Amino acid sequence: MHQTIRVNDFAVKLANVNGTGSASANGLLMTAIFRMGIPVCGKNLFPSNIQGLPTWYEIRVSGDGYQARALDYDLMVAMNSQTYARDIKEVRAGGYVLYDSSWPLDKSLSRNDVTFLGAPLAQMCNDAFGNPRERILMKNIAYAGTLCALLSIDMAVVDALLLEKYGMKQAMVDSNRKALMLGYEYAKEHLPCPLPFRLATMDANSDKVLIDGNTATALGCLYAGATFAAWYPITPATSVMDAFTKFSAKYRKDKETGRSNVCILQAEDELAAIGMVIGASWAGARSFTSTAGPGISLMNELLGLAYYAEIPAVVIDVQRVGPSTGMPTRTQQGDVLECAYASHGDTKHILLFPSNPNECFHFAAKSFDLAEKFQTPVMMVSDLDIGMNDWVTPRLKWDDSYQPDRGPVVTKEDLEGMAKYFRYSPQDENNVPARSLPGVHPKGAFFTRGSGHNKLGVYTEIPDEYQEVVDRLLLKHKSAAKFVPEPVIERREGAKFGIVSIGGCDSAVREGLDRLADRGIAADYMRVRGFPFDEPVERFLLEHDFCFIIEQNRDAQFKALLTLETPVPKEKMVSLLFYGGFPLSAKNVVDGVVTHLEGSK
Amino acid sequence: MPSIVKPTAAHPSLVRNKLGLTIRDYEGSMSTLCAGCGHDSITAAIIRAFHESSTPPEMIAKMSGIGCSSKTPTYFVNGAHGFNSAHGRMPAIATGAIAANRSLTFIGVSGDGDSLSIGLGHLAHAIRRNPKMLYVIENNGVYGLTKGQFSASADIGSKPKKGDPNRMQPIDPMLLALTLGATFVARSFSGDKEQLVPILKAGLAHNGLAIVDVISPCVTFNDHEGSTKSYISSRKNITRVTEMDFVPPEQEIIAQISPQGKTAVTMHDGSVVYFTSLPEGYDPSNRLAAYSYLSEQQGKGEIPTGLFYVSTDQPELHELNATPDEALVNVPYSKLSPGAAALDKLMEGFR
Ligand SMILES: Cc1ncc(C[n+]2csc(CCOP(=O)(O)OP(=O)(O)O)c2C)c(N)n1
Ligand code: SF4
Ligand SMILES: [Mg+2]
Repeated sequence: MHQTIRVNDFAVKLANVNGTGSASANGLLMTAIFRMGIPVCGKNLFPSNIQGLPTWYEIRVSGDGYQARALDYDLMVAMNSQTYARDIKEVRAGGYVLYDSSWPLDKSLSRNDVTFLGAPLAQMCNDAFGNPRERILMKNIAYAGTLCALLSIDMAVVDALLLEKYGMKQAMVDSNRKALMLGYEYAKEHLPCPLPFRLATMDANSDKVLIDGNTATALGCLYAGATFAAWYPITPATSVMDAFTKFSAKYRKDKETGRSNVCILQAEDELAAIGMVIGASWAGARSFTSTAGPGISLMNELLGLAYYAEIPAVVIDVQRVGPSTGMPTRTQQGDVLECAYASHGDTKHILLFPSNPNECFHFAAKSFDLAEKFQTPVMMVSDLDIGMNDWVTPRLKWDDSYQPDRGPVVTKEDLEGMAKYFRYSPQDENNVPARSLPGVHPKGAFFTRGSGHNKLGVYTEIPDEYQEVVDRLLLKHKSAAKFVPEPVIERREGAKFGIVSIGGCDSAVREGLDRLADRGIAADYMRVRGFPFDEPVERFLLEHDFCFIIEQNRDAQFKALLTLETPVPKEKMVSLLFYGGFPLSAKNVVDGVVTHLEGSK
Repeated sequence: MPSIVKPTAAHPSLVRNKLGLTIRDYEGSMSTLCAGCGHDSITAAIIRAFHESSTPPEMIAKMSGIGCSSKTPTYFVNGAHGFNSAHGRMPAIATGAIAANRSLTFIGVSGDGDSLSIGLGHLAHAIRRNPKMLYVIENNGVYGLTKGQFSASADIGSKPKKGDPNRMQPIDPMLLALTLGATFVARSFSGDKEQLVPILKAGLAHNGLAIVDVISPCVTFNDHEGSTKSYISSRKNITRVTEMDFVPPEQEIIAQISPQGKTAVTMHDGSVVYFTSLPEGYDPSNRLAAYSYLSEQQGKGEIPTGLFYVSTDQPELHELNATPDEALVNVPYSKLSPGAAALDKLMEGFR
């Protein structure tokens, strides 16, 4: 059968058992491809379990630079016999299956439109390694070696990576090299190397890095000057604080004294985590917490306190699948409404929606400026796909001229010159009054309360006095629209409608727009990056006959927010919803759009 | 509730403290609590404790939760920052504030509902973290502000104004604190200022979390024959375990004139607490002994008071987290950003 050769454009899915060490082999492959200068995207589709359940990893290579999942797998690396049946079914016609031929493959699994490639990986590793644990671990490296041969991965690059990873541990380098070569040489001898889809070195990554969103978020918090963080462990947000802790140890610790210019507390729950953040912010420290939906649910009461008492707080929400415990290791955008209006009473928060690690870095830093400028909680709403997967993203860069925007704060000198200080008046041009921090000056003393207060900060139950304050809070929230990141808008010639999305939908939607264009369907695109919505968001929605609103939840929460917070008639917005828990692919977008267009003909 | 406005002019004979301030400088706004409420007596003791400790008012941070008790920070030290936060969450909010600015003197005021029901988890974990703060539980056995429901500290047999007596085990904050490893555990009675003021002062000087449980009758909902936290019952059943004096650092020499029969504990700031133990051999540095003494006496229906336990050598929050002596809020941004060059270098590791 003749096949055309495809270079740097294919998708591989690796089916593994979790807890067996496959993650490091898969990471090795990803990084090697990245180092070959080729655009690549990796998605870890893992279970909420420590050991023994099926887990998948997808590697998509796209010379064109597409970053979303591709659902047409050219090669299935079937290393988990529990899931052979479904894995083999998923390969595209004409594709390949690599399996461990130490054991025969059940005949019933056979497909005649795909090519089966067997390599006796377990057997080779059993013969080569004595220690049972090592046999299991090295089997992963052995399949990585096989893939190097099948896909033309540069072995020099892989070798360099092994050296970097294990450095001084010569024994580890040796056994990894040995396993790698077992798989590689077997393939070279017995399998049709390279396959018709393969890699060739490019130079697309010289200004790029391979980083996950949570690590980038932690760096944003570090560079913004956060000195306090509190958290409670939860997937998929845990790695934000893991990274922040690691970077703090590296960059905030005085080598001589061993003391750190940061305090990170693992709280007893999320109520405490947000409470601590509010306390630290109230005292004047830049502080944040990171959590996922269940944590936001618990934080609701205190987010209202911070909103009403006007205390800055930065919350990183890495969304996962809800409701309830939901699917902790799967991705969704199900917290949009909960974050926008968290807490009882009339509350509205400032939200930022990053769509990749680079934005996680910059938006996280920006969250602190906004929280202090507007003296209110700011939530950066990320998701599991952005947060936990490695992305090829422009190098993170910092501008040393950055100075924190602390918002209006009265200084000692200000207070000295004042007859009397009032916490909630006067206000600046953004409807924000000046804070006074404890310990600065006797005249700045102020009694903060979440109970009814008038504009002087005095307890009140008088309707007009109460309303005057909450009305200003609404104006304050509106003022923030000009300061959140502006929407990204891209127009196409002849566009008849618009497509609007947020956060982690971006890469799939962009690719989808290209595929629609291939079919002669042109659409304008807007990615919203902040709430409250600014005027350009409204304008985009109004100037199109209709817009698809693409998001990852069942209830069209983002569309609901647009309906509530802009004057756009809801008939102008058509929802495309994906909420099964896996990252979106361009195919989802194209199918959704085309089906709707055909249905409405 | 009297509706007169308190005179603000200081009486010339009022004693001036080290800062030259009189007790008037530590007063707050008019109380809006019921006349006779035990909480108001505690407020008066707190005012005295701060005045006698010569704490600069602007360096005081008054933290509280929600409840009649948690309202009281408005009624003392007007010149201090205050934070009347949310029901049960004071320990968490205070922990964050203490972490951020260790140069302030913190007092947390809470109720038995606030600390032993909705906020019990935060109290327990604050004990573990040991932040430097005087933590006062104004304990009346009821939820005052929501009109008299039982709290978790209501004793078995305690009768509400309406309804059946309580049959569930009470949570005793002292036994709890001892079990969890608290470093300063004391109880007093709102009506006993002579004992309460030195305890509060010692608590302010303590380098860690000082938990002070103050029995504080609620005259409106829990001050009748059937209540074990009424004035009548408290007066009858309270026994002082330790008599104590608190001596600030600069008076050390004078006080040492007659230390006979006393145990001295030196606090981290150089102040000294002198104990005269009433029960034979009572040792305030022995956690186990304190625990057994308290459970035994309480089993007999007595309410022992005094400083039951103190340990001055356990690490507090900042030591546990290796933060600098300088308050984190005062660290300039220039010391916090690793800089663009460091990021460029770091990025090489992500390639
Ligand atoms: C989340 C929440 N639930 C319930 C309440 C209602 N509430 C206010 S004060 C209080 C009890 C206060 O009891 P305690 O702490 O003992 O204070 P006291 O009034 O007795 O001094 C309750 C239940 C609240 N404010 N917040
Ligand atoms: S209800 Fe009870 S606790 Fe509340 S103010 Fe009145 S007497 Fe005090
Ligand atoms: Mg009470």
